[in-house]
Amino acid sequence: MKKLVYIILLSLMTGQDGDITVDSIIKKTDQNLNAKSRILTSKMVVKGRRSSRTIESKHWVIGTDKAFTEYLSPAREAGTKMLKIGDKLWTYSPQTDRVIQLSGHMLRQSVMGSDMSYNDMMEDRPLEEIYKASISGSEKINNRDHWIIEMEAKTKGLPYPKRRAWVDKEYFLPVKEQLYAKSGKLLKTSTMSDIRKVQGRWFPSKFKFKDELKKNSKGTEWIIEKIEFDADIKESRFSKALLRK
Amino acid sequence: MIHFLTKGLLRDRSRSLFPVIIITITVTIVIFAIGFMKGSMNSVFLNTAVIISGHEKVVTRAYKKESQMLPNDLALLDVNQIIINLNKEYPDHFWSPRITFGGLLDIPDKNGETKDQGPVFALGIDLLNSNSRMSEIWELDKNLVNGRLPKTYDEILIGQKLANKLNITIGDTATYIGTTMHNAFTTYNFIVVGTFDLQKGQADSQMMLVDISGARKALDMENAASEIFGFTHSLFYNDDKAVDLRSSYNEIYSDTSDIFSPIMMALRDSSNQMGSMVDFVDAFLTIIGAIFLIIVMVVLWNMGLMNGLKRYGEIGLRLAMGESKGDVYRSMILEAIIIGLTGTMIGTALGLSLTYYVQENGIDYSEVVSTMSTTSMVMPNMFYAHVTPDLYYIGFIPGVIATVLGTMLAGLAIYKREMSQLFKELEA
Repeated sequence: MKKLVYIILLSLMTGQDGDITVDSIIKKTDQNLNAKSRILTSKMVVKGRRSSRTIESKHWVIGTDKAFTEYLSPAREAGTKMLKIGDKLWTYSPQTDRVIQLSGHMLRQSVMGSDMSYNDMMEDRPLEEIYKASISGSEKINNRDHWIIEMEAKTKGLPYPKRRAWVDKEYFLPVKEQLYAKSGKLLKTSTMSDIRKVQGRWFPSKFKFKDELKKNSKGTEWIIEKIEFDADIKESRFSKALLRK
Repeated sequence: MIHFLTKGLLRDRSRSLFPVIIITITVTIVIFAIGFMKGSMNSVFLNTAVIISGHEKVVTRAYKKESQMLPNDLALLDVNQIIINLNKEYPDHFWSPRITFGGLLDIPDKNGETKDQGPVFALGIDLLNSNSRMSEIWELDKNLVNGRLPKTYDEILIGQKLANKLNITIGDTATYIGTTMHNAFTTYNFIVVGTFDLQKGQADSQMMLVDISGARKALDMENAASEIFGFTHSLFYNDDKAVDLRSSYNEIYSDTSDIFSPIMMALRDSSNQMGSMVDFVDAFLTIIGAIFLIIVMVVLWNMGLMNGLKRYGEIGLRLAMGESKGDVYRSMILEAIIIGLTGTMIGTALGLSLTYYVQENGIDYSEVVSTMSTTSMVMPNMFYAHVTPDLYYIGFIPGVIATVLGTMLAGLAIYKREMSQLFKELEA
């Protein structure tokens, strides 16, 4: 009996579920979502209050520090480029032929009218690095088992100091997430679906983001059409000079 | 008879000059005071109307609900047709589209890198259309500090305070950073061709003005507008008429089940503060106008009374010479009418001239006003009088009616005088 109590207590203290620790869940989740590099083409379907728009783009990403995005359509957005290096973000618009650095409150603005902000795009660091996690329970969603994981920021200045994730026990992916402000106010929700195996890892083909502060928001779908992990990307891809080309 | 009495009045200046001067001064003051009060209040309303609300404005029902957020994704569509209909159905007004938007203004250095950046409150108004009265009602010619008015869609005017803050000079490129009607990120290059100081307190500290066609290009809002503003041709706000117009429009065109259907708001609907202000001004003008009229009437009544009493001896002599009491009484009233009419007409002409002068030139209150403007009500620095139709006749109430009533009251004493007593009085 004493031994059983000891095991339960130890399980609660270390955040274990069965024989897996919360840290290893987060680590495996990070491994699925992050890569040394990736090249992807995607469609973003922004559901406005009057109509929907589809924006196509291509992304080149190295680790968590460097990202380059080029918008391909519709015509008004085609040619718009974004470059992220570390904590800096520049945008180039062919209409103005200007490279503008976005900072401060502009990073909280929506990307192309979607439910995602520039801050969302900027924050690529592994969850393990920036959140302290604990398992608060389990739940079945669509007949699949999930851990419910509570995360609290380890570092200051994160756009979402608290988050709750439902991590699929087989895929190790947060198929549903709720992102909160420090006060506990729900800011955004996201879901992942159409999960498939790509180069040995589980990865979703469809994301849905919803800005909970936009009263009548119908959410934004982000559909990954093609993705290649650990691709060879030249360093020159991430130069400000390339924004204008 | 009138000719005879007029000759008498002209020859005996003591009977006519002083009363005419008093009536003239009083009527002038009445007309100017009422014209200035109405004009000043209209100046306050007009400034709020020009910048915030129009005398009436049309928006979508959804935009009205979230108007503080400037939600251009909820803007009016097919605006040209809506304006054609408004012009046709409400010809007493002129209607003009407006796009209200916010964002950042980014000023590049010679290498195209950001030199200065700051928040901007921008208005796309109909500046380039030759039929538009927007330049006139914004008084842009007068308020331009440097440069010139925009001639093309990509030229802008910015507030002098904003220009100072961002170190902008005329001819600089300013990149607008914001979101389109579809909430997409947008950047758009404008050329700064002028700076302005609207002299409307804090209202223009972050303001940028652009022709609506430029705003439409920047925000992807072809044939769309945040709001359609309506103004009376005289630019004089009549709350009762505005409320009637708003109610009748909404009854016909506004569909409560469709969040994108248009809805009209009167100036008083722009904020609770504005509604209370309109009610207060109405009550204030009525009460102050009535009190003023009563005081003036008492003064002129008293003057009529005094004139009657002053002529006690003359009237006694006329009665003694056989003129009937009725004839004397009627001649006195007729004289009062002639004096009242003369004074009132001169007073009305002077009062209207003075009111018109202040209507055109205004009185500068800039130092007092600079701290009083709020976000929902814009205070003008200059107060103007306004010549309204009622000023053409309102002077006749004290000028003629009060004078005649005073004389009538004084003249009643004629009927109390006895013939036997008259000779005694004459002997004395």
